[in-house]
Amino acid sequence: MSQRIPVKELTDSFRGRAVGALADDQLRTNFRVAMDSLMKKRADAFPDEEEREGLRELGNHIKARALSRLPDLLEQLETRLTANGVKVHWAETTEEANRIVHSIIEAKQGSQVVKGKSMVSEEMEMNDYLAERNIECLESDMGEYIVQLDGEKPSHIIMPAIHKNRFQVSKLFHDKLGVDETEDVNELIQIGRRTLRQKFLEADVGVSGVNFAIAETGTLLLVENEGNGRMSTTAPPVHIAVTGIEKVVENLRDVVPLLSLLTRSALGQPITTYVNMISGPRKADELDGPEEVHLVLLDNGRSGAFADAQLRQTLNCIRCGACMNHCPVYTRVGGHTYGEVYPGPIGKIITPHMVGLHKVPDHPSASSLCGACGEVCPVKIPIPEMLQRLRQENVKSPAEQPKVKDGGAKYSRKERAIWRFWARLNTSPVFYRLFLWGATRFGKLAPKNVGPWTENHSAPVPARRSLHDLAKAHLNQGDQR
Amino acid sequence: MSELFYDAAPNATRVAPERPGPRTYPAKPAEVTLFGTCVVDLFFPEAGLDAIRLLEREGIRVHFPQEQSCCGQPAWTSGYVNEAREVARAQLNLLDNGLPVVVPSGSCAGMFRQHYREVFAEEPDTLKRVDNLAERTFELTEFLLHVCKVDWQDLGQPTQIALHTSCSARREMNTHLHARELLGKLANVERLDHDHESECCGFGGTFSVRMPEVSGAMVLDKTRSLRESGAAEMVTADGGCLLNINGSLEKQKQTFRGRHLASFLWERVSGEVKP
Amino acid sequence: MSARRNILNKLRAGLAGTTPRPDDFDEGLVTRPWQYAPEDRITRLRSLMEAVHTEIHQLTCAEWPAKVQELLEHRGLKNLLYAPGTDHGQTLSEHWQQSNAAPELLAYDRPIEEWKEELFWQVDASVTGTVGGIAATGSLVLWPDRHEPRLMSLLPPLHIALLKASEVEDNLYGMMQKQNWSAGLPTNLLLVSGPSKTADIEQVLAYGAHGPKELVVLILEDA
Repeated sequence: MSQRIPVKELTDSFRGRAVGALADDQLRTNFRVAMDSLMKKRADAFPDEEEREGLRELGNHIKARALSRLPDLLEQLETRLTANGVKVHWAETTEEANRIVHSIIEAKQGSQVVKGKSMVSEEMEMNDYLAERNIECLESDMGEYIVQLDGEKPSHIIMPAIHKNRFQVSKLFHDKLGVDETEDVNELIQIGRRTLRQKFLEADVGVSGVNFAIAETGTLLLVENEGNGRMSTTAPPVHIAVTGIEKVVENLRDVVPLLSLLTRSALGQPITTYVNMISGPRKADELDGPEEVHLVLLDNGRSGAFADAQLRQTLNCIRCGACMNHCPVYTRVGGHTYGEVYPGPIGKIITPHMVGLHKVPDHPSASSLCGACGEVCPVKIPIPEMLQRLRQENVKSPAEQPKVKDGGAKYSRKERAIWRFWARLNTSPVFYRLFLWGATRFGKLAPKNVGPWTENHSAPVPARRSLHDLAKAHLNQGDQR
Repeated sequence: MSELFYDAAPNATRVAPERPGPRTYPAKPAEVTLFGTCVVDLFFPEAGLDAIRLLEREGIRVHFPQEQSCCGQPAWTSGYVNEAREVARAQLNLLDNGLPVVVPSGSCAGMFRQHYREVFAEEPDTLKRVDNLAERTFELTEFLLHVCKVDWQDLGQPTQIALHTSCSARREMNTHLHARELLGKLANVERLDHDHESECCGFGGTFSVRMPEVSGAMVLDKTRSLRESGAAEMVTADGGCLLNINGSLEKQKQTFRGRHLASFLWERVSGEVKP
Repeated sequence: MSARRNILNKLRAGLAGTTPRPDDFDEGLVTRPWQYAPEDRITRLRSLMEAVHTEIHQLTCAEWPAKVQELLEHRGLKNLLYAPGTDHGQTLSEHWQQSNAAPELLAYDRPIEEWKEELFWQVDASVTGTVGGIAATGSLVLWPDRHEPRLMSLLPPLHIALLKASEVEDNLYGMMQKQNWSAGLPTNLLLVSGPSKTADIEQVLAYGAHGPKELVVLILEDA
């Protein structure tokens, strides 16, 4: 794809990064192939429309039920987990969460941490926080390991290294680990396995995320294909799980449909290789497992989304990634363009609550509202509706009291005035028809360069007569009702 | 819109709306109102006229209230809800006469049928009239197919076309299915699939000017895919997409073009070939 | 803790005046599409597991120990981790003695701290029982305990699992109900549905990421 004319004021913004990504043919190809494959996998896993839609509806209801009782369920989860021997911690901010994790590690005089997979720990930038305090925190999920090795952030929540092909990985391993280059993916994986195995053995602490926290039984449920999650939560003497407050579900049986929705939506699998259900630390007579298990519950803006019933639906998310797999914008620009932890449609609707709209002012508009995401979301988050609401919050004036953190980031008196004018025009039939007359009669005088539109299109020329005109003539009538 | 169930409190946790059953269609009416849409009004007025002709051909009397303007979608999707509501209210009042409303654009029809409930969410008294309008709103192809139950003879030469459906038309109104079935009634028309057919063309209204780089990449892919389908031309029931796709094709100096479905259908059915 | 209080207060404020949503869980949605004739359960489980590179043998209770020996000797493996405190562990060790099998039997009978290096690097294979299987997803259910610790089914590159044909349920929901999981879960409950894998590089499937590279399931048809 040829590069477009550089646009002013791009610097470090979604658009700026998008321009770079769009010009990267390798990235475009990698993502196109990968997303097409993931979309097909999901479609193949849900061949029966009735079954799929019934299950999505159930998933939506289960999450809504949990959210409708969230504070009670969090308390119940804490009670059950505590009775099971798990220590529960609460953190409003990522700073607090990092302090808690650090203090647990410090108490064990730990210096080596191995991590399963946790997007919440990315929110916390936990690896950096610990590194600054001389604690090595190594990613063990193959994709996360690869991006960590390259000093990058993940570009997809399920497949973190999806933007890389095997040659890029081979070169990376060669440069950072000193091994011979190879095109054989199996060999590359075995290299990762051997390197990480020693780390599992030596680690003082294992960190993981949580897919579902079950209040009824005080259980943490994790899914994975590789085995590194089980390793991280079983081999080291201490296990710390970090998760968002919205991950709790009411009953054990609630996870059955959610599990099916998650694995089939994410990778088209009937189930992941491992489903790991943890209900406590090692018991007195058991021979392995961590002696200490901790759960850190993180808010980081989720309670802000929760406060508004419409926006609360954002918290239904079970982090499957289907939305980004189906997003035509994400496919073309990749995850890094979003510049934050969560990319794609879910990233656009959750990040404003976490970091504030002033940090991600373009997020709500980085969408054509095509609706592909909402159509596949396993828990039926109305993503386009969330985006439209965030756009509304984004252009509110301070007096209008935006309901989202740092709302009004795109408030512009000028733009507001333009839309006020547009409203006047469209509510005054006389004005409107005058406008039509002018546009059609003087269409040829329309500027050839209409800003961003003409970057991609020929200059739009209005027709010589409007439909109002043609219809009037044809129907030979005035204002018939 | 996400619904309140069980609990009337405004901050009650919401669930997704119940899946609608298949739409039941009324018998063919004697009269309808045509809501032209602002894009058709300004850029494809012939298509609007062809829509009127197609309806009249079925013996229906078409009204075109001159006070109509825009459904309000551009302001609504940009977040300017008060302005959108003002414009929407004007259309709601104008169309409040019980007549079926036929719209030659899926996204505008979707605005009436789905989004006006959100636009007027804070005015429970208005919702009854909104629901009434939604009930009476039909996208053009769906109206021709299911209400008029057209029985057409194809007077045109054999040709191959590609069909593009706007995202909102597809997802809110199943327009792609109606259009396919309608085109299937034309004996000399072969519809060809095109690559990534259900993917967005990149218009998204203000998206095309707010994020021109990404939008541009999308329309380049869409135009290439349409050309590579082997079809002679593209047809679409949505003016916004048409503006986007044809504008891009012209800029690329390609000869391939798209046409509004209403114009294509009128040509095939009436035998009138326009220059 | 003030973070706890603040979070709960915010959430409660957001729900003020509301009542919780009803529990409208419809078990039909997770059972009806996933029900099989008894004679089809094993077939389905087998086909799903084999599709992800699991090796499956159907045999009788009398035959399985010899099969385990054959699997190890065929691969030239030096040792086998087993659980002496279980019935199948006893059966295995009796067979091993009687047949003078070459691979060394290693008993997981002491805490991991005492032999972590060896467990991580020197154990070639393990054999464990299961508490059942799930036909709908092709899964084994493992309920580790003090006799068969968690890492047995994770560390060695080859994991052999014994599955009783009579303990294969249609679907996860049915399994949960039948075994009454909500009454009490173990420290760790596992569903294992194949050998370890990853598709993180170009979505090309590679086996043996961190867990076992090979999973062999011995289905005991007369148990």
